[in-house]
Amino acid sequence: MTERGPFRHHGVQVGGALVALFVGAALLAPWLAPVDPHEVPTGLAAASLRPPGPPNALGTDALGRDLLSRVLYGGRVSLLVGVGVELVAALIGALVGLVAGYYGGWLDGLLMRVTDTVMAFPSLILAIGLIAVFERPGLDKVFLVLVLLGWTTIARVVRGEVLSLKTRDYVQAARALGVPDTIIVFRHLLPNCLAPLLVAATIGVGGNMVAEAGLSFLGLGTQAPTISWGAMLAEGQTFLASAPWVAVFPGLALMLAVLGINLLGDGLRDMLDPRLKR
Amino acid sequence: MLTQLARPVARRLAALIPVLFGISLLVFVLNAVALGDPARAMLGQRGDPELIAQIRKEYALDRPLWVQYATWMGHLLQGNLGRSYHQQRPVSDVIAERFPATFRLAVAATAIAVAAGLGMGIAAALRPGSAVDHLLMGAAVIGISTPVFWLGLMLSLLFAVWLGWLPVSGYGDGALANLVLPALTLGALHTGTIARMTRSSLLEVVRQDYVQAARAKGLGEVAVIGKHALKNALIPVVTVIGIGLADLLVGAPLTETVFAWPGLGRMLVAAVGQRDLPVVMGAVLVFAVIYVLGSLLVDLAYLVIDPRIRRD
Repeated sequence: MTERGPFRHHGVQVGGALVALFVGAALLAPWLAPVDPHEVPTGLAAASLRPPGPPNALGTDALGRDLLSRVLYGGRVSLLVGVGVELVAALIGALVGLVAGYYGGWLDGLLMRVTDTVMAFPSLILAIGLIAVFERPGLDKVFLVLVLLGWTTIARVVRGEVLSLKTRDYVQAARALGVPDTIIVFRHLLPNCLAPLLVAATIGVGGNMVAEAGLSFLGLGTQAPTISWGAMLAEGQTFLASAPWVAVFPGLALMLAVLGINLLGDGLRDMLDPRLKR
Repeated sequence: MLTQLARPVARRLAALIPVLFGISLLVFVLNAVALGDPARAMLGQRGDPELIAQIRKEYALDRPLWVQYATWMGHLLQGNLGRSYHQQRPVSDVIAERFPATFRLAVAATAIAVAAGLGMGIAAALRPGSAVDHLLMGAAVIGISTPVFWLGLMLSLLFAVWLGWLPVSGYGDGALANLVLPALTLGALHTGTIARMTRSSLLEVVRQDYVQAARAKGLGEVAVIGKHALKNALIPVVTVIGIGLADLLVGAPLTETVFAWPGLGRMLVAAVGQRDLPVVMGAVLVFAVIYVLGSLLVDLAYLVIDPRIRRD
C-alpha cells in the first residue's frame, strides 16, 4: 500500500526541523528556561495565572510558575519516555521477531500467539489496567508498562522481514557452509531488517509520547513534582475558561513534536522502503 | 453466496479462540498479581473469617492455580465478573449501565470519521498535487498527530467557552448538542487515517487499465471515479476503518474524561483511582473483546466486498 502524499519532499525537512527543535529544546532546557520551573514566586496572588506577556512569555500556571520553563522541562520527560521506551521495546521486539522468524515451528507459533494476544488489547486500555496493578502510579511504571506493550509491532515487522530474507540464496549458502545461527541472525539477517525496524521505531516514539501524556493527563502517569505535558494539560482543563494558555501551550508543544516525528517517519519509510520506489 | 462464506467465516471464528483464551489468561494473571488474596481484598484485613472462607471456596482459592482459572472462567462464562468494591454491586451491572454512552459516542465518531475521511480522500485524489490536495492531506497529518485529549480541550475552548455554541461537557440526558464535540474529538484521528488511505488507494486504482479504458470510452470524471474506481479503492479503506476501532477504544477514556462523558472509559479511569480492581479488570476484558469482535466484523465485511478473498 503506497502512501505518496504531497509531503514526500518537504515532509522530511519539516519533520526533521520540528524534531530537532523538540530534541534541542528538551536537552538544553536548563540553559533555555528563564527561571526554575518548580519555583513558586512569593506574592503568589499577583503571579498566579498571569496571561502571556513579559516577564512570562507563555504566562503562568495557578501556582504562578513560569509556563515557558515548564513546557521546556516537560519536553525532557516526553523525550526520555518516547526514546527510552522505544529503545528497550525495539530490542525486545527485534529479538522476538528474529527468533520467531528464523527458527519457525512451534517457537514461532508460541511467540506469535503471545504477540497477537498483547496486540488484541487496545494499548492504552491495557496500559491503564496494568497501572492499576501498582499501588501508586509514577514515571517508572509508565516506562515499564509502555515497554511491555510496545515491542509487538517491531516483533511483527522484523519477523516478516526475516521470513522473506531467510529464503534468499546468501542465507541458504551461509547455512550450507555451517555458519552458526547467531552469526547468520545478527550479521546477515538483522542488518537487512534495520530499515523497516527504524521506520516502525520512529512512529513508536511518537506513540509512546502520546501514551505517556495521556496517562499523565488521566492522573495515572508521572506524578508531581515531575513535569509532564500531560499533567500540565490536566491542570489546564481546570482553568480552561479563565486561563486557556495553561492548556494551550503544553498541548501545542506535544502536537508539534509528534507531528514532526510522524512526518519524519513517513519520509523515512518512503526513502528506505525500496518497494515503494517506482 | 452464504454457503460460499461458511468456510472462511468458520475459519476466522476458530482463529479467535486462542486470542480470546490469551486475553482471559492475561486478565486472570493481572487479577492474581493485583489482588493477592481476593477474599481479603474484598473484605479487608479484618474481614469475618467465615465469609473469607466462603469466598475462598467459591473462587477455589485454596486449590491449584489452574483450578482457580477454570473456576474464574466458569463464573466469567455465566457473565459473572465479580463485585465492585466501591459500589458493592455486580461488575456486569456497572458495565451494562455505562456501555450505551460509549457505544453511542463510538458510533457517532465513526460516522463522522467515515464521512469526512472519504470526502477528504476523494477530493484530494481528484487533483493530486493541487493546493486542495496539499491542504487536505496537511489537515489529515495534523489530525493524526494531535493528541485526542488536547484536541478535545481546544474544541471545547473554541466552540463552548468562546463561541458558546455547544455545551462544555456532560451527557445532557442524551441531547445531540452534547454529543457533537466528543464525537468530533474522538473521530479526528480516524478521519485523518481514512482520508490518507482513501487518497492513496484511489490514486493506485486510477492508474489501472480498466479505469483508463472507462476514460477512453468517454465517461466523465465523476462516473469514472464514482462507478468504476471507488468500489475497488474502498477495499483497503475498510481495513483502516477496522483498525480505527482500536483508536476509538483507546481514545474513549481520554475523550470521556475531557467531556465528563458517562461511559466505560471514564468508569475505567475512576476505578483505577479507587483501586476498584474487579471493575478495572472487567472493563479491560470488555474493551478487548469488543476490539477483537470488531476486527472480526471487518474481516467478514471484507469477505462480502471482495470475492477474491473467499477463494483462499
